Amino acid sequence: MEFDVNGRRLSADADPDMPLLWVLRDLLGLTGTKYGCGIGACGACTVLIDGRAVRSCVFAARGASGKTIRTIEGLGAGRLHPLQRAWIGHQVPQCGYCQSGMLIAAAALLAQNPHPSDAEIDAAMTNICRCGTYPRVRAAIHAAARAMRDAL
Amino acid sequence: MKRRSFILGGIGLSGALVVGWGVLPPRSRLGGRETLPPLYGAVSLNGWVRIAPDGTVVVAVPRSEMGQGVYTALPMLVAEELEVPLAQVRVEQAPIDAIYGNVAVLVTGLPFHPDQENGDLARASEWIVAKLGRELDLQVTGGSTSVRDAWRPMREAGAAARAMLIAAAAKQWNAAPAQCSVSDGVVRHLDGRKLALRELIGTLREVPLPGEVRLKPAQEFTLIGKPAPRLDVPDKVTGQARFGIDVRLPGMLFAALRACPTIGGTLRTVDPAPALALPGVVRVSTLSGAAGGAPAVAVVANSWWTAQRALDKLRIEWDEGPNAGMSSDWLLARMRGALGAEDGFTFYEGGDGEAALKRAVQRVEAEYRAPHLAHATMEPMNCTARFADGRLAIWAPTQVPSVLRHVAARAAGIDADRVEVNVTLLGGGFGRRLEVDFVPQAVWLARDVSPAPVQLLWSREEDTTHDFYRPAAVAKMRGGLDANGAPLAWVTKSVSDAIVPQYLRRTYPALAADTPDKTTIEGLFDQPYEFPHRHCAHVTHHTPVPIGFWRSVGHSHNAFFAECFIDEMAYAARRDPVDFRRRLLARHARHRAVLELAAAKAQWGRVGPGRAHGIALHESFGSIVAQVAEVSLAQGEIRVQRVVCAIDCGTAVNPEIVAQQLESGIVFGLTAALYGEITIAAGRVEQRNFPQYRMLTLGDTPRIETHLVPSDAPPGGVGEVGTPPIAPAVANAVFHLTGRRLRSLPLRLGA
Repeated sequence: MEFDVNGRRLSADADPDMPLLWVLRDLLGLTGTKYGCGIGACGACTVLIDGRAVRSCVFAARGASGKTIRTIEGLGAGRLHPLQRAWIGHQVPQCGYCQSGMLIAAAALLAQNPHPSDAEIDAAMTNICRCGTYPRVRAAIHAAARAMRDAL
Repeated sequence: MKRRSFILGGIGLSGALVVGWGVLPPRSRLGGRETLPPLYGAVSLNGWVRIAPDGTVVVAVPRSEMGQGVYTALPMLVAEELEVPLAQVRVEQAPIDAIYGNVAVLVTGLPFHPDQENGDLARASEWIVAKLGRELDLQVTGGSTSVRDAWRPMREAGAAARAMLIAAAAKQWNAAPAQCSVSDGVVRHLDGRKLALRELIGTLREVPLPGEVRLKPAQEFTLIGKPAPRLDVPDKVTGQARFGIDVRLPGMLFAALRACPTIGGTLRTVDPAPALALPGVVRVSTLSGAAGGAPAVAVVANSWWTAQRALDKLRIEWDEGPNAGMSSDWLLARMRGALGAEDGFTFYEGGDGEAALKRAVQRVEAEYRAPHLAHATMEPMNCTARFADGRLAIWAPTQVPSVLRHVAARAAGIDADRVEVNVTLLGGGFGRRLEVDFVPQAVWLARDVSPAPVQLLWSREEDTTHDFYRPAAVAKMRGGLDANGAPLAWVTKSVSDAIVPQYLRRTYPALAADTPDKTTIEGLFDQPYEFPHRHCAHVTHHTPVPIGFWRSVGHSHNAFFAECFIDEMAYAARRDPVDFRRRLLARHARHRAVLELAAAKAQWGRVGPGRAHGIALHESFGSIVAQVAEVSLAQGEIRVQRVVCAIDCGTAVNPEIVAQQLESGIVFGLTAALYGEITIAAGRVEQRNFPQYRMLTLGDTPRIETHLVPSDAPPGGVGEVGTPPIAPAVANAVFHLTGRRLRSLPLRLGA
C-alpha cells in the first residue's frame, strides 16, 4: 500500500485492516506517534488525515491510503510550527509521551478555529495526559493562536 | 513489635547486605575517570562529568527522566559549580556504579517522626542506611529524592571538574591556577587570555583529580534558583524523544501477551496453532511469571498489531487458583474486621492518647477509606531485549536500572556483568516502573527468538489489570477536645497491606521480612500538629492483591484521612479550619508560613455564591505543601474551579519545574480524588481501559497557581508532594459547600 506521509510517498506491505498507528510505527519507522489505549480513548496516536484529527489506533490502513497524512514528525514542515514554539515557550511537556497527539489535536483545532475560547479548547482537547500538563496546553494554544494571527 | 526490636532488625538486615563492605575502600561519590568510559575522543573528569571533543559538557545522570525534570535539574547542579551555561551541557544516562546509588531514598524510608530527626537512634540508623545505600548501588528514581540525593555529589562533581579545567589551562599557559577562573563555559586568565573547553582536551587527560573542593555559597548561585528551560523539551515537541516503545533495532520482532486475568491463577493449557497460522507470527511462548509478574501467553510477530491479533485467536485455559472468590467488598470487610480486632504496630506515641480521649469533653470519631488505584502511565509497560552469545542487552523505561539488571540476570541465568541496561525516556513512572515484572518476560522471549531482539509491549488492558496497585486502606480516626475546644488527643489506627515486604519478595526475596513498613502510615504518624497526646498505630493486613508504590505512596491516602479529620475537629471546636491548624503549629514555623501563604493568596473564605473553599496542609518527602481548593457543583458532580498551592521545598533548584510538578501532582491527585477506583470481582481487576478507569481531562482541570516560600534550606522533594493535599482540600470544600462529609475515596456525592 502507498501512503502520503509528511509530503513523502511511502509504501508498506500492510494488512488493509492494520490500524494506521502500527503502519506508521512498525512498518514505516515513524515512532513519534504513540500507542496509549488502542480504542481511540486517549488521543496519544492522533494524526492529521486530510487536515482532520484522527485517532490512528482505530483507523484502518485501507482508509488512509491515497489521503494526506501528517504526523508529529511533519507538523512543522522543516521548521517549528507555531504550536511547537508555544509548547517550548510555555514548557508544556513533562514525560512527553502524550504530547505528539496533543500537538496534532491542537493543530487540527487551530486550523478549524483560529481563535478558540477556553470553552472551545476544553471541548476540542480530549486527549489524556497523566502528567497534568493541561493548564499549560491551554495557555500554549492561546499563545500559538496569537502568534499565528500576528504573523498574518 | 516494639520500636527497638524493629530498628535492630533493620540493622541485622543491613549486616546481611553489606558483605564485602569491609573490603571496599572508603570513597566519596565523586568516582574516578574510569567510572565513565571516555568515548569518542572525550575526556572523563570524574564519575559525573565528561568533556566531549567539541567542548560540550556531558553530564551523567543516574536517575530516570519520567517527566519530573531530572534531565534538567541534575545537570544544573553540575553546571552551577562548573560555570558553564546549560546550553553547553548534554545529558547521558549514567552507567550502573556504586557512586550513583540513591542514598536519600533509603534514609527517607526510616520510620522516624520529623520532630525526632535529631535523636541518637535516628542519627545512628541514618548513618548505617546511608552507608548501605552507597555500597548497594541502589540506582532508584523514586521517593522524590533525585535532587535531594544529588544536591551534594553533583555540585561536588562540578566543582572538582572546574578545578581540573583551571589546572589544565594553567598548565597550558604555564601560569598559576590562582590567576585562572572559569566563567560562561570558558577558562580565562587575569590578563584576558581565554581557552575554550575543546582546546583543553589533551591537557585535561594529564591533570589529577583534586583532593578537595569548595562549593559556592547560595548567594553566588547563578543557575540554581532561577527558572531554566528544560533540556528535554525540544525533542518532546517534535516526536524525536525516544521512549521504551520507540526502540528500533535491526531485525527486531514485536511481542504481545495475555497474562492470567485472575490474581494468583496459573496457565492450564493453550493450543498455539490458531496464532501460528497467521502470516507474520513467529512464535507462541508461555511465560511462568517472575518478579511479581503473572503467568502469561505471548505471541512474537513482525508487528505488534499482528502479535496482538494472534493472541485474540488463542483459546487459553487458566486455572483460576485460590483467589477466584476474592472481591473488593470482601477485602474491605476483612480490613474492617482487623481494625476492630488488632492493636497493630505503634509507630508514634506521645503522651497517653487513650487516657486523654477518656477525659476529653468532646470526642470526634470517624472511619475513612481509600480504594486500590492503578498507575496508568501513558506508555504501557514494555521492554526490549536481545540475548545473543551469552550476553543480554535490555532497553527499558525503568526507575530501577540496578534492580532490573539483577532480575534480568537471574531470569537469564547469567551473571549481572553480562547484562547491559539501557534506560530510555519513561512515558510516565509514578512508581509503576519501580517494578520489573515485565523484564523476565522480555528476557525469556529474547531467549526464545535469539539472536533476534524482541520488543514486548503490553496492551492498555494488560497494563490496567496487571498493575501493582496503591493499597486500599481503612482508618479509624479519633480526636479529643478539652472544655475550651482546645485539641487534646489525636489517636489513629489504620489498616492496609504493606508494600515494602511485597516488593522485596518480588525483587530480592532473600531480604524479604515482615518488618513494619513506614509507607503504610506515612502521612498519619508524622503529622506536625502539636497535640499533647498522640498515638498512631497500623495493622498490616496481608492480601493477595499485588500492591506497589503509587505517586506519594502512603501519603496519597493518609493525607486524606488526616487532613479531613483535622477539619472535622475544627468544626467540632467551632473554629475556622485555618485558625484551628495554625494554633496547632506553634513550634512549626515553616508549616505555619506555608498554611498562611496559601490562605492569603486564595483569599481564604472569600468566594462567590455556590462555591466554597477547603484547605489542606501536608508535609511529605521533605517539603511542606498547603492547598486551597475552590469547589462548586455542576449537575450533581463536584467541580473544582481553582487550586491555590503554596510550598516550602527548601531551595527550589528550578522554580519552573517546581511549579510544573505541583500542577502535575494536583492533576494526578484530583483524578484519583474524583474518579480513581480499582475494584476486584471474582479475583479479577474489573477496570480494563480508560473508559472504565476515568482520567481528568483538560476541560475538568481547575486553574492552578503556585507560590513558593523563599528558602535557602537544602532542597526538599517536589515530584510527589503536590498529590497528597488535593483530595482533602476538595473534600473539605465539599463539606463547607454541602454539609456532607465525604469520608471515602473517590469523592462521590451520590454515594
